[in-house]
Amino acid sequence: MEITSPTYLAKEQVQTVQDYVLFSAHAVANIFRKPRYFADMLLQADTIGVGSLPIVVLTGFFTGAVLALQASNTLERFGSVTLVGQLVSTSMVRELGPVLTSLMVAGRNSSGMASELGSMVVTEQIDAMRALGTDPMKKLVTPRVTATVFMLFFLTIISDLVGLTGGLFIAKVLLRLDARQYWSNAWETLVFQDIFMGLAKPVLFGFIIATIGCFYGMNARGGTQGVGRATTQAVVAASVMILAFDLLVTRFLMAVLSLN
Amino acid sequence: MSAPTLPLDSAAVTTEENSAPAIVFEDVALAFGENEVLRGVSFRLNRGETKALFGVAGSGKSLILKLAIGLLRPDSGRIIVLGEDVTQMREEDLFALRAKVGMVFQESALFDSLSVRENVAYRLMEEHGIYDDEIDRRVREVLRFVELEHTLDLNPAELSGGMRRRVAIARALITKPELLLYDSPTGGLDPVTSNTIIELIVKQRDVYKTSALMVTHRLQDAFTMATHQFDKQSNRMVPLPAGQRCEVPMSFLILRDGKVIFDGDLRELADSTDEYIREYIS
Repeated sequence: MEITSPTYLAKEQVQTVQDYVLFSAHAVANIFRKPRYFADMLLQADTIGVGSLPIVVLTGFFTGAVLALQASNTLERFGSVTLVGQLVSTSMVRELGPVLTSLMVAGRNSSGMASELGSMVVTEQIDAMRALGTDPMKKLVTPRVTATVFMLFFLTIISDLVGLTGGLFIAKVLLRLDARQYWSNAWETLVFQDIFMGLAKPVLFGFIIATIGCFYGMNARGGTQGVGRATTQAVVAASVMILAFDLLVTRFLMAVLSLN
Repeated sequence: MSAPTLPLDSAAVTTEENSAPAIVFEDVALAFGENEVLRGVSFRLNRGETKALFGVAGSGKSLILKLAIGLLRPDSGRIIVLGEDVTQMREEDLFALRAKVGMVFQESALFDSLSVRENVAYRLMEEHGIYDDEIDRRVREVLRFVELEHTLDLNPAELSGGMRRRVAIARALITKPELLLYDSPTGGLDPVTSNTIIELIVKQRDVYKTSALMVTHRLQDAFTMATHQFDKQSNRMVPLPAGQRCEVPMSFLILRDGKVIFDGDLRELADSTDEYIREYIS
């Protein structure tokens, strides 16, 4: 097996990051340039948003439910099992709702974008599009980015709500808590900063999911094997970036919003 | 078989002011890493002429087409297409030039998520401001030209290889381009379908006077094109009389090791004493 020099590998990584940054900047700049493909954006919003709804609802529900179950176990030791609503709500809204929804959407859509665009690259459809006078960045990438950012925001809200419902299910059925008490605890504990943090993240994560998926797709090389590789790389890179940026954004917003 | 009539007599009109060559390559070089694919390629394609591009696999024939339409940039040299230097143009400016050029890709490159109608009408739909009725009329017209009007609502996956290639030709022709680039239009097709496609290309050359650069591996296709013309009366391709061979605007270009080793008409090709060329055409 041929051994690649570490310098070459490092240069390659830096080059990839540079290409990704330029690619993302280009995708954003196209929002302000004509022509704008509004119909394509709506189509993507349907595919990404409505299409992801079932997995987001299921993930949200079971996460909220298991969170309530785990929290009750700990809270019971301190005789504070009634606080389960507070714990579920802050955890879901601040952290688990945006992160898990993004990871689910990344798994479904980053891979979808990478494989769809990658297939178009290897079958020369992207070249054909350019030859027919259409900018693939404007037609294919920018609508996917705007649609993902827009829809992930609303998917996160749905996930938060369904997560709280999952927690309620456990609180009511297994912990025999009062439903009204659960809801009022869950609702009253939330402050503006929690909601801001919970809804700022999906905007960034949506951007990461779409740009990573499109970037790997548009740079797919080497036939069907290359498309497969691009798909895997897109999911891995998007998931890792979501988790890494989650840490950075959380720390940043906690400092900015003076949250403890 | 005879090619159907395309009632587009204004198609690919070459105006007097457009007397500059359709394509000029000046000392064009292109390498991928260590691999120098093109090493100083120079040639000229005149208006109304069809040039067949030959060379062994990997000799850079398809790259020449992609360079001509600005899908790739050369490392050095100049490429002038329809009077414009594509090597100096930004991608945004190239889109306007590409509106005057039609390209047929090797594997057709039809958009598999769109129907035949949407594929053929793609350019017209992208232009906006054209009514659906007008788009529909022009799509039917051009599909009739390639004898595929009945496939209007099918998806590319439902078509055979030859049908896909003809739809790709229809897509390239719909805006009546001044220049056509064919990348192995008959590659992998049966002789009957190949002949249909060659007849369409000959008709485009003789009736609509469209300039064309055609990459092919099939010598017999290019020889057919050089020895036949399209007869408007009988609406089919007919052989040229014996004394008039080479009277059609058809030339040949052969690449070897990244360089042009032959550029001339059929007579010059037949008279060539170059050992490689003799072996190639034998």
